[in-house]
Amino acid sequence: MSVPLTLLGLIEREPSHGYDLKRDYDTFFGRGRPLPFGQVYSTLGRLARDGKVVISDVEAGDGPDRKRYVITDLGATEVDAWLTEPVEPEPHLQTVLFSKVMLSLMLQRPAREYLDTQRAAHMRRMRELHQIKKGDDLIEALLADHALFHLEADLRWIELTVARLDHLAQLVRR
Amino acid sequence: MRGQAIVEARDVVLSFGETPALRGATFAADRGEIVAVMGPSGSGKTTLLHCLAGILAPTAGEIHFAGGRIDNRSEHDRSSLRREHFGFVFQFGQLVPELTVEENVALPLLLGGARRAAALAEARGWLERLGLSGAHARRSGELSGGQAQRVALARGMINRPQVLFADEPTGSLDSLTGEHVMDLLVAAAREHGTTVVLVTHEPRVAVYADREVIVRDGLVHALAADRSGS
Ligand SMILES: Nc1ncnc2c1ncn2[C@@H]1O[C@H](COP(=O)(O)OP(=O)(O)OP(=O)(O)O)[C@@H](O)[C@H]1O
Ligand SMILES: [Mg+2]
Repeated sequence: MSVPLTLLGLIEREPSHGYDLKRDYDTFFGRGRPLPFGQVYSTLGRLARDGKVVISDVEAGDGPDRKRYVITDLGATEVDAWLTEPVEPEPHLQTVLFSKVMLSLMLQRPAREYLDTQRAAHMRRMRELHQIKKGDDLIEALLADHALFHLEADLRWIELTVARLDHLAQLVRR
Repeated sequence: MRGQAIVEARDVVLSFGETPALRGATFAADRGEIVAVMGPSGSGKTTLLHCLAGILAPTAGEIHFAGGRIDNRSEHDRSSLRREHFGFVFQFGQLVPELTVEENVALPLLLGGARRAAALAEARGWLERLGLSGAHARRSGELSGGQAQRVALARGMINRPQVLFADEPTGSLDSLTGEHVMDLLVAAAREHGTTVVLVTHEPRVAVYADREVIVRDGLVHALAADRSGS
């Protein structure tokens, strides 16, 4: 699940209150499924407990949104590792690939390099599946085919996204 | 580390009028290697292939084949080089519809001055091997897409080329037929130690290759190192 890492990335972009984080998440990542406030705060609580964010200034007043969260070195390292490492190539990666692209653009990281790394991981997995297909087992071959078609769909999306990175970067710029 | 390149493009620039198709493309394939050339439409894949094959002469940069520079040779020289050492398979067979299947396959040998009977016998051998022995006397215009691509493959391989240039060889076929053609293409290339430059935008076709490069905006990119393991 990429919600904690996405929130962490948004905090890296700019020290933020829970409310800002929810708004940015819903705008760019929620895709019509807003993040409940409860989940925002429970996630922030865990990130703080694990030393990935700290609370900078607590403003006077009531309500849960008095705290501003700032990323720590540990948190920044985690965001970097997440963006840099390709995810395990398997079908249904849409949300995580999408989040990584958006976030790396927001943080002005080399999104294109990440996508190429992901592409290489996908191609490598496809080669393995291709080898499986070359065996005699028809059932194995059919299952490999299913995975191959799905990974190919990911790759098409990756290629299309590479072609649109400049546009997308403008969209998330502010 | 790369081994010994059989065919190579060095910083190749080529424009069609105002349109820059290649903007410093560098590419090499080793002997016996199968390399997939991927990338979006219009990025310069076909242009790169045509430069490597000596069909187009680059505006700047060099093309090398088997250790010698070829882009500065005459059109006549390049054309005989193609006939002797290169084979071609294109997306839509590009067979000669008026000729029979076996005549189409034998064409490279006939153009090279081979005797007709010997050339046709050789063609039949290839047709048999590609599962088309029954079709040798038919007009190529009567073939299905998959059959036509197998005929094109036979024609591309009949002169035992050192390099086979394949531009979207499965582009017009369904998945299963495309796989069949690729299985045959790879088997034939491996058997004869033929280098293959395989242009395709389909990842499932590219995985037949030993490695792939991507052409974007007239430049060739090797894939970023895969850091996910090993
Ligand atoms: N004969 C030509 N005359 C003018 N422009 C050309 C010619 N051939 C190619 N181009 C242009 O050069 C660029 C590269 O074309 P090329 O055919 O190499 O692309 P491609 O990667 O093979 O694309 P596709 O996947 O669609 O086959 C394109 O902008 C194309 O319009
Ligand atoms: Mg092309």
